[in-house]
Amino acid sequence: MKFLVCISKAPDTTTKIAFTDNNTKFNNDKVVFIVNPYDEWYALVRALELKEKLGGTVTVINVGAADTDAIIRKALAIGADDAVRIDAEPVDAMFVAKQIAEYVKENAYDIVLCGKETIDYNGSEVGGMIAGLLDWGFVSLASSLELNGNTATLNREIAGGHETVEVTIPFVLSAAKGMAEARIPNMRGIMAARTKPVAVVAPSASENYTSILSYELPNDKTGVKLVSADNVSELVALLHNEAKII
Amino acid sequence: MPVLVFTESANGTFKKSNFEAVSYGARIATQLNTEAYVIDFENLSDDVLKSLGDYGATKVYRVANEALKNFDAGLFAKVLNDVAKKLNAATVIFSFNYSGKAIAPVLAAKMNAGYVAGAIDIPVMEGRTMKIRKNVFSGKAIALYAIHSENKIIALTSNTVAPEKTENKCSVENLEITITATDSKVKVKEVVKASGKITLSDADIVVSAGRGLKGPENWGMVEEMANILGAATACSRPVADIHWRPHEEHVGQTGLTVRPNLYIALGISGAIQHLAGVNGSKVIVVINKDPEAPFFKAADYGIVGDVFEVVPKLNEAFKKFKAGA
Ligand SMILES: Cc1cc2nc3c(=O)[nH]c(=O)nc-3n(C[C@H](O)[C@H](O)[C@H](O)COP(=O)(O)OP(=O)(O)OC[C@H]3O[C@@H](n4cnc5c(N)ncnc54)[C@H](O)[C@@H]3O)c2cc1C
Repeated sequence: MKFLVCISKAPDTTTKIAFTDNNTKFNNDKVVFIVNPYDEWYALVRALELKEKLGGTVTVINVGAADTDAIIRKALAIGADDAVRIDAEPVDAMFVAKQIAEYVKENAYDIVLCGKETIDYNGSEVGGMIAGLLDWGFVSLASSLELNGNTATLNREIAGGHETVEVTIPFVLSAAKGMAEARIPNMRGIMAARTKPVAVVAPSASENYTSILSYELPNDKTGVKLVSADNVSELVALLHNEAKII
Repeated sequence: MPVLVFTESANGTFKKSNFEAVSYGARIATQLNTEAYVIDFENLSDDVLKSLGDYGATKVYRVANEALKNFDAGLFAKVLNDVAKKLNAATVIFSFNYSGKAIAPVLAAKMNAGYVAGAIDIPVMEGRTMKIRKNVFSGKAIALYAIHSENKIIALTSNTVAPEKTENKCSVENLEITITATDSKVKVKEVVKASGKITLSDADIVVSAGRGLKGPENWGMVEEMANILGAATACSRPVADIHWRPHEEHVGQTGLTVRPNLYIALGISGAIQHLAGVNGSKVIVVINKDPEAPFFKAADYGIVGDVFEVVPKLNEAFKKFKAGA
């Protein structure tokens, strides 16, 4: 089985978000970038587990400039066999999906795994777009993946519960919590990652469908109104009379 | 070129998020000098479908093919793409929920459409460019997006744009779409829904608890509060990680994002990753014994106190209020 895991670079979850250039650019000064958690914890680790069980290869792919090298090495240290970097700034989700779909058309893969969303742009977009471009089956928000020959069984989250679905390879999934447990790379993995192959591929031509014009920060709360622990009925009254939500 | 709105009911009844999407589509249609049509794949009665006209749809198309009883994002996108071609539509609206998140990106690829996932306001047109805001960085910021392409897809975040009622001028029509066996690639084998429970992502009120509760055996009072208020229950990540609560309840940057009208946090410190998933809530109430807990900075109302003393008392007060209301 040939697994392709899409990984994205995302600011560490503790990052204080700020902007520059008149609020048109994300301020990445001193920001620590990580592998997007859904890509790393769930998509990548599940692909590795299945490879260990069934054989095959796990390739990670990233659309990004040379500064994403650190996160690619992290994915290799966790256990991916090799990596592909499409050498372009990821302008929007459709651009990323087109680059990856083009690469998949030229190189045979059985299962493409994405995280359910990135923690910076929160779109839940790339996986579905790749599936649409390739005309492959798509299972979104998958919380488990089992393989039996060419047939895969997955659980996916739905409103108020989950459902079990079946799909045959090739297909695309987006991985959510439950699919696997995060792995911490060991020393051997980190050493091995240094020499694993990373192919740098030129991007294919693509037009831009969307762009970000500017950013703003949400309004801060005006301050908390404290109620005494001995007078909880005051809170009930405030929620009813002032906030008008109960 | 009409604006299409995809709807999916909850067991045959439309709910607020459907009205929000329809009303949103109708307001965009007005801006574009056209009409909003609803596309629904369920086999619902004329009366139920027509009710969407209260929110500005002038036509509802029922696409009730047997194959569409099986949820397959790729198949749904294929059919919507065919419908859009048939009706000569360039703009499609979804709710940003489980189905919307699954179908919209596939459709965007098929329609060659610019897609904004999780819009939070009504778009503004500038020539052919559409400008819309959406939350980014897990709710820590807002970005103004422009869609440049001719075809446009928007998924609307629930509880952000209030639906507006209008005079009902809606008619219902059937639309036939040809589906071949190879169009469907994903087969649903089993659907499991927790019965009777309020769905976390749709809940108006959420009662959430963290490690301050000390152990899973203490969740009785959390569930009691949720029952009294008609709320859904949620939890912080460590609570789900140590299996005190099911992982579906985990909210935050790496869990579910919720935007209820009221979010009540019991014994949760308010780490930045937790806040990222809940700071879109209209009103936040925090109960924590540590006056320095960071959650108080993000709260509207707070009680500094021990949850084991405060929550039982508060439950009594809520009960009294509900009995009197
Ligand atoms: C990459 C990453 C992603 C993460 N994603 C998420 C996420 O999505 N969601 C999430 O929630 N967390 C997430 N976290 C974890 C987050 O940083 C915090 O560790 C977590 O939210 C803390 O959970 P808690 O508030 O329940 O526990 P604690 O931090 O232990 O806080 C417990 C609180 O309860 C209070 N308390 C204790 N006893 C009582 C009592 N008797 N009465 C009243 N109050 C009491 C304490 O004062 C304290 O404030 C993430 C972390 C990382 C590194």
